[in-house]
Amino acid sequence: MAELVATLASTHHPFYLRATTAPPEQQIPQAPEWKRKVEAYRETLSKAKPDILVMIGSDHFHQIFLDNCPQFLIGKAERYDATFGNEEREFGIPKYVLEGDMEMSRFMHRDLMDQGFDLAFSNELKIDHSIICPIITVRPDNDLPVVPIYTNIFAPPLPSPRRFYDLGRAIRKAIDAFPSDKRVAAIGTGHLSLELGGPRQFMETGPDPVFDRQALEWFRSGDIDAILANVTHESMAKSGNATHGFLNFILMMGVAGPQAADYVDYLDLFHTMEAYVTWYPKTGAEEQAA
Amino acid sequence: MSKYYVNKFLYQVDRNPDYLRRYAEDPKNFVATWEQSIGPRLNEVELSTIHSLTDAERKALVEHDFVALFEMGAHFFLNLTLFIGIYDEPFMKENGPLAFQREFAKKVGHWTGKDYPGVEC
Repeated sequence: MAELVATLASTHHPFYLRATTAPPEQQIPQAPEWKRKVEAYRETLSKAKPDILVMIGSDHFHQIFLDNCPQFLIGKAERYDATFGNEEREFGIPKYVLEGDMEMSRFMHRDLMDQGFDLAFSNELKIDHSIICPIITVRPDNDLPVVPIYTNIFAPPLPSPRRFYDLGRAIRKAIDAFPSDKRVAAIGTGHLSLELGGPRQFMETGPDPVFDRQALEWFRSGDIDAILANVTHESMAKSGNATHGFLNFILMMGVAGPQAADYVDYLDLFHTMEAYVTWYPKTGAEEQAA
Repeated sequence: MSKYYVNKFLYQVDRNPDYLRRYAEDPKNFVATWEQSIGPRLNEVELSTIHSLTDAERKALVEHDFVALFEMGAHFFLNLTLFIGIYDEPFMKENGPLAFQREFAKKVGHWTGKDYPGVEC
């Protein structure tokens, strides 16, 4: 069976590449620190030596629009183009082609349906910055096949936080059941508190720094019960109108299972706080000892 | 009103450099063209007949009035990214990075602490 070797959950900041590759005199003051933190985070993936990446992101109305809007969707293709024109224009993100893994996509799709998650699918999925940002930050060589899964964090009504967590648990079971000797890493991106197109956007901090600190504590303790008791669609909206990207963190906690994160780092930036979280699976003996 | 159709406009224009240029340079004519021959397209061959803009929606689009669009419940992400596409550069030249984004925030500042208009279609 395949082996899950690492679960990564982070924010995706589309300006990272531009911010850290601009001429030094044009960089924001935090750029060198930002780069150091991202490179340290990259190492948490590299040392797990993955062969395949299961990547969880959310289309920002690029391929998916309100005429046909799935809650959860899996890509099933040999390759995936990435980066849309308005992302090149606004963020300076280049185009990529990612290799797919049809065998694992097919297995994952069927296994998730057997577990009660009827995902939509796409045989021609063009990926946007929710999945390209983590390629840029944690796997810039883009040398591994991916299984992309998209979630709806944008077009209400959204699935419940509990549903995101349960989907994460089901993805974990599907990875564990995949008949292969491959090493799999799961990588998901979302947001802490975030405001887009509203009065609290682009402030000196994210719109709700108290929530951001609390979220980091939840990752450190692995306290999914506290998250599910406190985080609702309404509470996320109060923390910022685009805070629902936090649902992808909840999903990744489902993949990791209810355990304290092994690596938690963050960076206070204008507009938003960055978070970098990694879990390594515990062996059966370690789980019993805990 | 048709939130969906306003969103369709914002979505299509932001993703097409030619539409974006025309909407930036001559919004009145471009909105008219969009209503006549672009918005109704379901795909390359099929037309959709069920949506239309209200006078208020048309006026807001023609006037690049992102505050009115916010208040109508246009999707916040579409409403932001399209007008960044038009105004980011000129504002940056005048007042530096993120000047437009901060101006946008200020103009909808009266919504701080309130429930924003719902974006569900």
